[in-house]
Amino acid sequence: MRGRTFGVVVIGMVLAGVLFMRLGVNQYYYFAAYVILQYVVLATAWNILGGYTGYVNFGTAAFFALGAYTSVVLIKGFAAPLPVLLAAGAAVAGLLGLGIGYLTLRLRGVFFSIATLALAVVLQTMVINWEYVGGARGISVVRPGRLPFFGSYVEFLFAVMLLLAILAIAVAWWIETSRIGRGLAAIRDNEEAAECMGVPTLRLKLVATTVSGSLMGIAGAPFPYYVTFVEPASAFDLNYAVNSLAMPMIGGTTTWVGPVIGAILLGTAQQVATVTISSALNLLIVGIILVAFVILAPDGLLGLVQRLKGGGGA
Amino acid sequence: MVSLDLLANAVVAGILLGGFYAAVSLGVSIAFGLLDVVNIAHPVFVILGSYAVYVTNTAFGLDPIVAGVVFTPVFYAIGVVVYRVYYVSFEKKGQESLRGLVFFFGVLFIVEVGLTLMYGVDYRLVEASYIGESLRFGPVGIALRLLVPCVVAMLLTLTLYVYLSKTFLGRAIKAVSQDSLALRLMGADPVKVKDVAFGIAIATASLAGALLIMIGPVEPSMNREYIGRVFAVAVLGGMGSIGGTFLAAVIIGVAESLTSTFFGPSWAVAVSFGVLLLALAVRPAGLFGR
Amino acid sequence: MTADGFLEVENVTKRFGGFQALSSVSLRVRQGERFGLIGPNGSGKTTLINCISGTLRNDEGKIVFEGRDITAVPAHRRTRLGIARSFQIPKPFASMTVRDNLKIPLEYAARAHGVAAGEQAQEILHLMGLEAKAHASAATLTQIEMRKLELGRAMAAKPKLLVADEAMAGLSSAEVDDILDILFQLNARGITIIMIEHIMRAVMRFSERIAVLDAGEKIAEGGPEAILANAAVERAYLGQ
Repeated sequence: MRGRTFGVVVIGMVLAGVLFMRLGVNQYYYFAAYVILQYVVLATAWNILGGYTGYVNFGTAAFFALGAYTSVVLIKGFAAPLPVLLAAGAAVAGLLGLGIGYLTLRLRGVFFSIATLALAVVLQTMVINWEYVGGARGISVVRPGRLPFFGSYVEFLFAVMLLLAILAIAVAWWIETSRIGRGLAAIRDNEEAAECMGVPTLRLKLVATTVSGSLMGIAGAPFPYYVTFVEPASAFDLNYAVNSLAMPMIGGTTTWVGPVIGAILLGTAQQVATVTISSALNLLIVGIILVAFVILAPDGLLGLVQRLKGGGGA
Repeated sequence: MVSLDLLANAVVAGILLGGFYAAVSLGVSIAFGLLDVVNIAHPVFVILGSYAVYVTNTAFGLDPIVAGVVFTPVFYAIGVVVYRVYYVSFEKKGQESLRGLVFFFGVLFIVEVGLTLMYGVDYRLVEASYIGESLRFGPVGIALRLLVPCVVAMLLTLTLYVYLSKTFLGRAIKAVSQDSLALRLMGADPVKVKDVAFGIAIATASLAGALLIMIGPVEPSMNREYIGRVFAVAVLGGMGSIGGTFLAAVIIGVAESLTSTFFGPSWAVAVSFGVLLLALAVRPAGLFGR
Repeated sequence: MTADGFLEVENVTKRFGGFQALSSVSLRVRQGERFGLIGPNGSGKTTLINCISGTLRNDEGKIVFEGRDITAVPAHRRTRLGIARSFQIPKPFASMTVRDNLKIPLEYAARAHGVAAGEQAQEILHLMGLEAKAHASAATLTQIEMRKLELGRAMAAKPKLLVADEAMAGLSSAEVDDILDILFQLNARGITIIMIEHIMRAVMRFSERIAVLDAGEKIAEGGPEAILANAAVERAYLGQ
């Protein structure tokens, strides 16, 4: 049943994407759609560690920005093509996930979370001090020329992000339905019991952290081409941390579907709202929604739906 | 080579700064060390305190320290309310680790963005007669804006230490996470004890905020650089030991000051992160740990 | 490997800060034996179990299982080697069904997969009398059902040694007999069982040998009658 839903969603996304591009809409919509798809990746990535395993990452910005700045270095130094940027972003961010996991996952989950918070601050400091990537002032990046089949490079980026979103969802679905996913759920439900039932908890947690970090990094890799001007303030924006947390919370944290729902709902709402209200007010509302959900509906919308249907097993 | 004057000044500044860090960290030592509540929003409450002081200072010329003391009851009330929500929503249900953390992150977020909306991202500072002056002891200069907060921090630490060791309620607070059954048998309601404890923790943020804005200009996003610091201090200091907190804070202050002097100020933030990781790896129980 | 050297706990010491939970405790459990571990509250029984299962690392001494020193082996690997335990306060995987709770140890400790895992889960459900609840959420079980699930999960790891930590606490007399019955059946299949209990009649009926802990030290060891007659044991429970 799960496999079917997943297949349907993927096909639906591809069709919607193709249709979207055929419509010949205003370029602005491509920008907006890119952001929403980017959040599908980030929310899905966050949820692999947060929802499946129960470890909260507050430093999404660190992994995302690392992907973006790895691209900056590769673009500036080697004029690397996009596939290389994607692979590098995934690899470097994945290593960061592995590293921070190795240092903190033997301790209580809260120390991992605090470390991710501190990590974001430290990484931002390092970037600000690094002249090669523009330091605090930022750096300009020139988009490559138009490609065949696409109206503009931005349309191409939209298609790339669509593929990345499908990749992220596929990874999450695969993990969730595999033995690894069941092991992660056991860790989330009761880590001590899981360890005594033969689950190699440290190893699985490291897998989750690495995969999660990689996906966040790959989402950040095309960022320089998207914004054309990369600066620490925007790459490390608090937006990323709170949204990648709020979206799974809103949609539902136990399956791959929740983050997608949350990303589309909240992402679209924010894109609509940016036109009318200030970005700070926007963020404030997200914060309030987050707190409301974590107190009143911690299982998200999917959880509410299940409770209304008469609740029960997953 | 290394100038001795520079070194001496860096160390002294570090000690004074460390004293101030203790004031900021005491609240976390109580909340996290004694109550096991991971309040990552504590630093943003300190910033809130700074802004409260800023407003009364600009509007009424109120001395920062006086303002900090005046607002303490208000912050105590905020602390009790926040803890009540946390307790009812999470602690009672055993969901404190994942959801409690997210809750405090949301609180942090709302306060920071709220302050940004009201006051923007510009730096704010206060005026007081003793800020801007320095004392000199030979080659070592001591800025009053560092000395006064350090002294106040020491007084705050001493007060809390005496309170927690000598009064019934204080000792109950120390005991509540370890043996709530014994507390109940003695007639104290553990939840009410925790209310008071968390209230006190947030109350310290008021005075700490006053000290913060005396030391330097303040803007809302600063709270995030303090999160690593205060938890590093709390862990290194032994999770709930008041004396340990002060010592750990001074150690971190000196480490940061030396880093700042010899490697540049922006690296100071990384120091506490490194210390935190080191402390967790080597001695999760800290210097004075139980 | 002699039949004698199945599980050997040698001079195990464990400290928590300044508090000494275990002081040089030594035990030897024979293969296939029914071994009881008793002692007043706080005597260190659960700490000892945690050291044997690997949840805690002992500060001094050795744990030797089937001739192999496992002192440094992580808990999940000890489970794969054949040591399983149930928890004093049940720790079910609350977001999963009863059946899926069993699948975790089946897949990870016993390395069973697919159809085989499903069949074995069914067998354990039958043994525990939990078949009707196979697809119920583990969070909805009653006390005794949770305790049976605890034992069932430990069983699903296909252990050679099963440590049952107060599996009968808080149950009615009939329910105690129920659990006791299951433990006897498991032992009949060749599983060595260490039972930690406060319910004396269960321990006396079940155990071939009993060790008594008090304040972190082993104060007596022997057959049930010898333990009952032991003055030191009586003092430990009733106080001076």
